[in-house]
Amino acid sequence: MIEFKEVYKSFGDRQVLRGFSLSVQDGETVVILGYSGSGKSVALKHVVGLLEPDAGEVIVDGEVVHQLDREGLTRLRAKIGFVFQFAALLDSMTVRENLELGLKRRGLSRAEIDERIKEALELVDLEDVEDRYPAELSGGMRKRVGIARAIALRPRYILYDEPTTGLDPVTSAVIDRLIVRAREKLNVTGLVVTHDLRSAYTVADRIALLYQGRIRQVGSVESIRNSHDPVVRQFIEGRPEALADVEQAAGGVR
Amino acid sequence: MYRTLSLKVGNWLAAAGRTGHFLTDTARSVRDVPTWAGLTVAQMRRIGVDSVPIALFIAIFTGIVLSLQASYTFTGAVPLYFVGTLVGKTVMLELGPVLTGLALAGRVGANIAAELGTMRVTEQIDALETLAYDPLSYLVVPRVLAAAIMFPIVVSLAILVGIISGWLTAISLLDLSTVEFVRGLKLFYQFKDIWFGLVKSFSFGVVIALIGCFKGLSVRGGAAGVGRATTEAVVASAMAILVLDAFWAVVLL
Repeated sequence: MIEFKEVYKSFGDRQVLRGFSLSVQDGETVVILGYSGSGKSVALKHVVGLLEPDAGEVIVDGEVVHQLDREGLTRLRAKIGFVFQFAALLDSMTVRENLELGLKRRGLSRAEIDERIKEALELVDLEDVEDRYPAELSGGMRKRVGIARAIALRPRYILYDEPTTGLDPVTSAVIDRLIVRAREKLNVTGLVVTHDLRSAYTVADRIALLYQGRIRQVGSVESIRNSHDPVVRQFIEGRPEALADVEQAAGGVR
Repeated sequence: MYRTLSLKVGNWLAAAGRTGHFLTDTARSVRDVPTWAGLTVAQMRRIGVDSVPIALFIAIFTGIVLSLQASYTFTGAVPLYFVGTLVGKTVMLELGPVLTGLALAGRVGANIAAELGTMRVTEQIDALETLAYDPLSYLVVPRVLAAAIMFPIVVSLAILVGIISGWLTAISLLDLSTVEFVRGLKLFYQFKDIWFGLVKSFSFGVVIALIGCFKGLSVRGGAAGVGRATTEAVVASAMAILVLDAFWAVVLL
């Protein structure tokens, strides 16, 4: 289980998270929706200790992330797969080497590594790209490799940072299908941050709307769709009113 | 005025703190042998072997110029075989290590800062961390070790080639025989001349790699940040080389 408890985070004088609280139960996929720059990715990076909260805490399986020592953090990260917004594949390595990286760290045998790579690439429908470099792949393929890299680790949790941003609708749908497939086949707990409503409706068990640094509303897909909260309605209907608020959020930190 | 000064002092202290953290964390990461062991050889090739052409290019012309300038200075006043002495001493003690160091500050320091900076802004370093790798063990330690090992080797080659080019210049353009050149070369030679240059180049290697890594890992702000970090790495490395050069002269000579 992942729990954000009253998390505050600022960069300079810009407050990004202001009392952000959310729980993610085992086995579910929760989507954090929000404007670009509203701090969704910032929240996500707290889960793996890439950022530390100014106040509050993030708890994963009962452990407060920012209180872990290096060994503890390494142990925690071994349970979590992270899919980055732009895939963050190591560009000096082939696809295969990128996938091997995390598996080698876990001390798996050669045969196990080969099997996991094959399985992960099959799951994302990319069986013939093992020897290609990231620069030789399209944006959608890179994202699928990023998902494969996370899946290959057979993690307990997968965190997706804007998995469909910058992709065409068809490729976005492919990525959404992969997220659902990963949950069904591997039974992983998922936390997805996005501003793509269609993607959120497809992959989420629950949706949380992040607004002005805290969760405005959290609930099932239906409850969000039928919400009467004006802020939620404005977001899901894509209305440009209350522009000042939107601009304030867009001026935030990703 | 007071506010500006206190802000500046605060910034310096913060920078000193970050540098101290980086150095102690890097020293601690040396224990993570399984991570860096396999990566160091590749870095030795990139940092050391690939730097040999530029180092030798500089050495050849340094030898030529030293030989000719020594001859110009000594003619009529000092026996000409002192050309060998001056070429040998200058190349071994100073110009071999320092000119090679400055050239490698540009080549190696800039390369490391730009590579790590790009990895930082494209989240590749975050990705390494989420894959349970310590970026210091994975990226910094192999580069620093490779530079520490390869700089003395590259500088040794540069010294050798510098002396050879000085000798070839002396016998072809000056009125000097090989026997005379070697006589001058041996005249005040001490074994310390060799190890002094190697100690200096070892320290240059360590410092250039550390500065490049620190600047690269500290990048903020996309492509402009990478450019800024690269420039800062080269400038800081060049300054560090000159300061270290003076330091070793005071301590060891």
